[in-house]
Amino acid sequence: MSNLIVQNRRPELATFTAPLSGLFGAMFGFVVGNVFGNPWQGALAGVIFGAALAVVLHMAPISRRNGRLGTIAICLIAGLVIGGVGGAVGGAIIGAVLSWFVYWLDSGDYRAGSPIYATSLQVLWDNTFLLICGLIFFFLVAPLVPVMWLSFNAEDFFTFTPEMLSFDPEGYSLKHYRSFFGTEGNPLLGLILGFGAGVALAVVLRVMSGPREVLGWVAPIISLTLIGLVVGKLWGVGGAEWMTPLKNSLIIAPIATVLSVSFGTLAAIGLSQSHVPGRRAIMAILISPMIVPLIISATGMFFFYAPLGNWLEATFGLNQSFVGFVKVILAHAALGIPFVIITVTATLVGFDRSLTRAAANMGADPVTTFFRVQMPLILPGVISGGLFAFITSFDEVVVVLFVGSAQQQTLPWQMFTGLREQISPTILAAATILVTISILLLATVEMLRRRSERLRGMSPS
Amino acid sequence: MTDTTNSGPMLAADGRPLKQSLARALRRQKIRALMLIAPLLIFIMLTFIIPIGNMLFRSVENDIVGNTLPGTVEALEDWDAQSAETLDDVVFQNLFIDLFKAAEAKEHTKLGTRLNYEQTGISSLFRTTGRNLDDIGEPYQDWLEDTDERFKDGAFWYEMMSGSGGEAILEERRDLWAALVGEGMAGDIGFTLSGEVAELLPWTAKAYSDWAIYTAIADEDVVAEEDPWEAVYGALGIDLRNADTVAAIAGYSGPGADALRAAVANIGAMPTTTFRDAFAAEDEDWLKTENWQTIKIYSPNYTMGYFLNSIDMEKGLDGAQARPENQQIYVKLFLRTLKMSVIITLSCILLGYPVAWILANLPARSANVLMILVLLPFWTSLLVRTSAWKVLLQQQGVINDLLVWLGFVDDANRLILMNNSTGTIIAMTHILLPFMILPLYSVMKTIPPSYLRAAKSLGATNWTAFWRVYFPQSVPGIGAGSILVFILAIGYYITPEIVGGTDGVFISNRIAYHISSSLNWGLAAALGTILLSVVLILYWLYDKIVGIDNVKLGG
Repeated sequence: MSNLIVQNRRPELATFTAPLSGLFGAMFGFVVGNVFGNPWQGALAGVIFGAALAVVLHMAPISRRNGRLGTIAICLIAGLVIGGVGGAVGGAIIGAVLSWFVYWLDSGDYRAGSPIYATSLQVLWDNTFLLICGLIFFFLVAPLVPVMWLSFNAEDFFTFTPEMLSFDPEGYSLKHYRSFFGTEGNPLLGLILGFGAGVALAVVLRVMSGPREVLGWVAPIISLTLIGLVVGKLWGVGGAEWMTPLKNSLIIAPIATVLSVSFGTLAAIGLSQSHVPGRRAIMAILISPMIVPLIISATGMFFFYAPLGNWLEATFGLNQSFVGFVKVILAHAALGIPFVIITVTATLVGFDRSLTRAAANMGADPVTTFFRVQMPLILPGVISGGLFAFITSFDEVVVVLFVGSAQQQTLPWQMFTGLREQISPTILAAATILVTISILLLATVEMLRRRSERLRGMSPS
Repeated sequence: MTDTTNSGPMLAADGRPLKQSLARALRRQKIRALMLIAPLLIFIMLTFIIPIGNMLFRSVENDIVGNTLPGTVEALEDWDAQSAETLDDVVFQNLFIDLFKAAEAKEHTKLGTRLNYEQTGISSLFRTTGRNLDDIGEPYQDWLEDTDERFKDGAFWYEMMSGSGGEAILEERRDLWAALVGEGMAGDIGFTLSGEVAELLPWTAKAYSDWAIYTAIADEDVVAEEDPWEAVYGALGIDLRNADTVAAIAGYSGPGADALRAAVANIGAMPTTTFRDAFAAEDEDWLKTENWQTIKIYSPNYTMGYFLNSIDMEKGLDGAQARPENQQIYVKLFLRTLKMSVIITLSCILLGYPVAWILANLPARSANVLMILVLLPFWTSLLVRTSAWKVLLQQQGVINDLLVWLGFVDDANRLILMNNSTGTIIAMTHILLPFMILPLYSVMKTIPPSYLRAAKSLGATNWTAFWRVYFPQSVPGIGAGSILVFILAIGYYITPEIVGGTDGVFISNRIAYHISSSLNWGLAAALGTILLSVVLILYWLYDKIVGIDNVKLGG
């Protein structure tokens, strides 16, 4: 059998690569020229540079890697001469993009994404389409970059300072992170205690359930050490600008999550039975907290929970702060439930019912079957539903704004007031930390999803 | 061979008919499923559905007028608001009794605030008059005390009013108090109204009962030891204006009869100012017909007034009428909310479609990497994304800085990208884009790519193949994504609040304003109800088109 090998023809230099590179160079030249008030001269220089680069890279007998490095070096030096360190970075970027573009054209790679029979116009469209998609992806992710960058600002501004742009170390500092974390609490003690507890737990587990793999040793130690660190940092913090809201968030979100996960998983199992009267209506009610606009949920809860709280305080003599937390937790649990229901029912769709029958056949009672057979299989779905519920509560601001009082001020609440009144760029430090946390959560959910698909015998995609 | 068992019903192992046995098993299965669902259903009902229902109820609830001025509302029933005829003095007499009571409990300002939503100026009218109601009662007090020293003495009043037979009136007044202050006025009053006095001096009986209930329960004092309010003296004055009462006093022989007779004898010295004039002396506005029309219009316990307000109308004398041009904001705001939600949805389709297409058609490995770029903003805190847009869009922000630095925009004419609808649309498109991409992607994933190739091999151009073959199959995805994005957009609060300024805000921001700043909760509830019904219609549509069980999160 012979393989069909598609050999992309190297395009003409004079009629294709050089003019297009020139055009591309002109765009950069125009932009750079505009900075110095001379767009057209810049464009002209760009045309010449682009075309010349195409000719040189086409002709010169150097490897692609060296060619690109060389171009980057030349542009970097040119940028350094014209505009200092910031200019050098800009120059290097231009050099990298331009040389990539020239090689992409010159080697014929630009046709790689299109079928071999495609006409030039189709190839142009395919590549334009890819460019459009790239821009949309850029639009999706890029807005987060300046926030993270600016969180290291040495000034109290929401904008870039000249020092930052010229990559002067003077322009950067960790002061916003310092003011975010404050000086309260005792993280070190918590860390040590947590580590101790982790080791103890690992030993107990080892004694109780026999030898384990490395993960069995490491996981309890790491997780308890982290928990100890956070608890130690937040223990007894009161009145701190950011740590108290963080503490409140970390009290409210986990409890609300546990509530929604436990109710939600039970109900999802019930809903996935084969004969449920009024399934559609029940589902519609259970999903409604996700659909009803938050402002309406918040309004309704505001009217209803205030007298409820007063009643609780009066009847049971509970203190106001405790009742406030109860109200917010109940509200957040209600908001998290749809996510648990959706993810867990989705996992249960792929659950093989004959497994429970097999377990029953072998003499297991329903409770054992649930915990030993069904639960381990749907656990990934339950955890990712729980993560959704957690992030819903952790990120929620409207309801807590209406239902809670100052004692329940959460992290998003603090960010919201800060943004509305433009208090301090510490918000950006908080935002960066939240982005990091969400990246970690996203990674966890992705991992769980793949594991779930593997467990259910689907090929992980 | 004949088998007799064939003719009977088929039996299960335990001897029951199989059909019955199966039905029983099915029933048990159903009950078990419901038992599993029940805790959550109850939880959602209590924490979510009931609060929402409560809000719906508040949008029509209007018992504050009836609760604060019960007697006045009753007296107004016969008044023809249309003809603007002069009000009977009875109305002002009732107003005196009701308002005095409300002012003592400090409830009159709430009513003033409520009515001020409908007629500007009423709030201050209630507030100033509420402060000076003593002035209206005092002339009567002076006169009575000049007539007979004993009227100064609380114990004498107690003796005169006490007895038995007036319990029904006392309980009725207690209920009115409870309605006014919003909590039960339960407890021992230490006073029982005399039925005879109640019949003889109906106004005084009411006013004294009001005072006694408040003194005993709210102030926790002993009724017999305290001196009554000026309202009670005023009420006796009202009673004594009635010729029948004056005649009946002659034949009365209960406690305090001689003091009452002395008052009748001295009736010539009783203040002659009508209550209308007394109120007018406090504030001229009490004579204004418009104020009384407003009170009359809003006296029923339920009102469509809030809903009319939320569509820029108001309750007039002859039904609903449009508000003055310069006060019409809500219809405009609703339309703007709809328009901007549509624009956001369309931008999401425009940006989401190519991305979903490329995710669905790339090889799994690279598609997964790109999927993370979609999911990352989806997982990032809403406030982080909003603050990112604030950093980018403000006048001294990153985009403007970049454009100025590049020389495309003059430093003096920086683009105004924030605090207007542009800012809201850009930021919300970014925030809601994943909600469009994910449903689109899951639909496109199911469209076999061979269809497009088949179309092309049959001679279709790229465009025809896409438009006639691929696009129609992806329409369910567009529908699902659009409804989802639209539902989410129409109720957004946080992002418009921060980047929207005044031109870019939604109806939700107005609802929040009424809840937390203007405290016009009824109007907030009515606006919320309208918004909720729009969303529920869309939700129902979504359920019809996509089915709620098909909602997917994160691919």
